[in-house]
Amino acid sequence: MKIHEYQAKELLRSAGLAVPSGHFCVSVDEAVAAYEALDTELCVVKAQIHAGGRGKAGGVKLVRSQDEAREAAEAILGATLVTHQTGPEGQEVRRLWVEEGSAIASEYYIGIVVDRETQQPVMMASSEGGVEIEKVAEETPELILKASYSPADGLSEEDAVRLASGIGIPEELVAEAVTFLTGLAKLFVEKDCSLAEINPLVTTEGGRVIALDAKVNFDSNGLFRQGELLELRDLDEEDPKEIEASKFDLNYIALDGSIGCMVNGAGLAMASMDVIQLYGGSPANFLDVGGGATKENVTAAFRILLSDEKVKAVLVNIFGGIMKCDVIASGIVAAVQEVQLSVPLVVRLEGTNVDEGRQILADSGLPIESAASLDEAAQKACAAIGVGGAA
Amino acid sequence: MSVMVGKETKLICQGFTGKTGTFHSKGAIEYGTKMVGGVNPRKAGETHLDLPVFGSVAEARDATGCNASVIYVPPPFAGEAIIEAVDAGIELVVAITEGIPVLDMVKVMERVRDSETQLIGPNCPGVITPGECKIGIMPGYIHKPGRVGVVSRSGTLTYEAVWQLTCLGIGQSTCVGIGGDPVNGTHFVDCLKAFEEDPDTDAVVMIGEIGGTAEEQAAEFIQSDMSKPVVGFVAGATAPPGKRMGHAGAIISGGKGTAPEKIAAMEAAGVRVSRSPSGIGAAMEESLREAGLLEACKS
Repeated sequence: MKIHEYQAKELLRSAGLAVPSGHFCVSVDEAVAAYEALDTELCVVKAQIHAGGRGKAGGVKLVRSQDEAREAAEAILGATLVTHQTGPEGQEVRRLWVEEGSAIASEYYIGIVVDRETQQPVMMASSEGGVEIEKVAEETPELILKASYSPADGLSEEDAVRLASGIGIPEELVAEAVTFLTGLAKLFVEKDCSLAEINPLVTTEGGRVIALDAKVNFDSNGLFRQGELLELRDLDEEDPKEIEASKFDLNYIALDGSIGCMVNGAGLAMASMDVIQLYGGSPANFLDVGGGATKENVTAAFRILLSDEKVKAVLVNIFGGIMKCDVIASGIVAAVQEVQLSVPLVVRLEGTNVDEGRQILADSGLPIESAASLDEAAQKACAAIGVGGAA
Repeated sequence: MSVMVGKETKLICQGFTGKTGTFHSKGAIEYGTKMVGGVNPRKAGETHLDLPVFGSVAEARDATGCNASVIYVPPPFAGEAIIEAVDAGIELVVAITEGIPVLDMVKVMERVRDSETQLIGPNCPGVITPGECKIGIMPGYIHKPGRVGVVSRSGTLTYEAVWQLTCLGIGQSTCVGIGGDPVNGTHFVDCLKAFEEDPDTDAVVMIGEIGGTAEEQAAEFIQSDMSKPVVGFVAGATAPPGKRMGHAGAIISGGKGTAPEKIAAMEAAGVRVSRSPSGIGAAMEESLREAGLLEACKS
C-alpha cells in the first residue's frame, strides 16, 4: 500500500524524526492560510499524488509571498500531472502539502527495503541525494553504502555512524543523523514497511538533519496488524477496477491491451499474458481469480473485465487443481448470461473434472470458443481481434 | 529415488484440523503420503482423519518420529508455526500459507539459517515425488513418476508445465514449488543442486518469473556446477514495471528483475528457454533427445 508524502512525514514526525513544518490542504484558500501560518518567507507548495517525479512535472513550487502561494496552489490543484510513474493518462492532484522552505547545505539519499539476498532489511545511503537512486546504482554503485539489520536488534549505532560518515555528513551533525537513521530503521519494522525512502535527506545551513521528502510503502500482508494505517489509503489514487476487484479477492491489474484475461494463479496469469503477446495480441489486464473462486467471484471478474472499453475479446485460462473445472464452467456460463457478453470469449479448461467442465460449456449454447491448450487459446483470442502472427 | 521427499517421509500437518488442512491432508493420505498426525494445541489428544492430534510439534515428533511438517496455519500465526517446527528439529518444513508478512519471514529465516531445517515456501504449492509422497495443494493425478525434476516459483504454472511433460510421456522425479514470496526458505540453487546430485534425475525444468535475481543466480550455478540439461521459462515478459503481479516477489523495480535479463542469463548458461509457456514440455523433449536421454525418460 502506498501513502502520500504528507502522511509519510506525519509518521516520521510521530516517530520523533525531523521533518519540515507544514500543512495539508485541499483548497487554494487553505494553501494561502498555510503559507501565512508557517510564518516564514520561503515555502514549498507540493502536489500530493502517489507517483514520483512530481517536481519535473510542475507539481512542486517554491513561493515567497502569499500571492505566489495562491498562484502556485491554483496552478497545481486540479492539474493532471504526468510523470514517469503515472503513465500517459497522468494523475489528478486533489491534495496539497505546504511546508516551510529549508536552506539546504547538502542532499543525501536514504532508503530501506527488505533485501532478498540477505533476507533482512537493508538501509542504503548515498551522498547523491535528490537524484534517481536507480541511476546512481547503475553508474556509480560504489557511492551507495549498505547496512543490513535484524528486525529484533534494529540498525546498530556502529552501522549508522558508518553510513552517516561514509556519505559525507559533516562530523558535527553525525550524531543527529544517526538518530534519524536508527529511528527510520525502527519505524520500518514497526509499521511493516516495504519501502521507506528519504530522498533527499538534507543538512541545512542552520545545522539540522531533516527529511525533505518521504516515500513510505507498506507490505499489504502486514496490514492486518496495522489497523490505523488503513485510514491513510487514498482510493482516488487507485484504479477503480482494481479497487472493485479487491472486494472480490481478485488480483487485478489494469494494462493497456485489448484482450481481457481471467486466469487462476499469478504465474499462469503472467504466462497467459506472455503467450497472447507472442501471437501478436496484447493483454488488457492481469487477473488472478485465486484458488477458491466461486460463481460470484467469476461473475465479478467478468463484470470488471468487460467494464474496460478497450477489451475486444476475453481469454479464460483455468488449470483446475483444487478448483474443479465443472464448477468454473458453471460460473462462466452464469456470468456470461448475467453480464450479457458482447465480445468473443475463448475458454481453455484443464485439470480436475475437465470433461464435465467442457460439456457444460458446450451444452450452454452460448457463443463460447473452447480451446484445448494454452497455445490454442491465445491463438484463438488473437484471431478474434484480427491479429495472429506465428509465435 | 527423488529429492527432499519420498517413501521415507513421515509427515505431520500444522493447521491439521482447519478447513484447508483437513482438505489437503485427505488428499495427501489418498495419494499415499505417509501422514502420521497433526498439531492443534486446543485439540491435543483427539483424533482427526484417523490420525492423532498433538499439542505441539515437539510432542508430535517424539510420538511419531515425523521428519516433515506441512503448514496451513493462517498468515498471522504462520511465522510462529514455522519457528515451532524448526525448534522441534523437523528436517523438512513446507509452508503453503499465502500472505505471511515479509518481516515475519525475515525473523523466520534468522532461525532457519541457524538450524538443520530445510524450509520450502511460504506461498507455494508444495513438493511432490510422483507415486510416493505428495505434500501440498497440487493435483496429484497430473504427475507421473519419472526422471525429470521440476522447480518453480509459481503454482498453477507448475501444473501447466508438469501436465505438458506428462502428456508427452515424460515423468517427474520430484516437483518443488519454491513459492512467490521475496523472502523464502528454498531457492532455485538449492533445488538444482539436489537434482544434480540425485542419480535418478536426468534433467530439470526451471520456471522463473520477473522480480529479484534468483534466476540469474540459478544461471550462475548451472553454468559452473550442472552437467544435466536444464529447460526454462520466465513468466512476466509483458508485465509493466512497478506493478506487483500477484506474487509479492513478482515485481520489476528500479529497472531490475525483467524477463529479458533473466532469459539472457539463463541462455548464456546453456539453459534451453522456451519463449512460450506452452512450449516447456516440447523444449524438454528436445533437450532429452539431444542428450540421448529421451528413451530413458519417456514411457
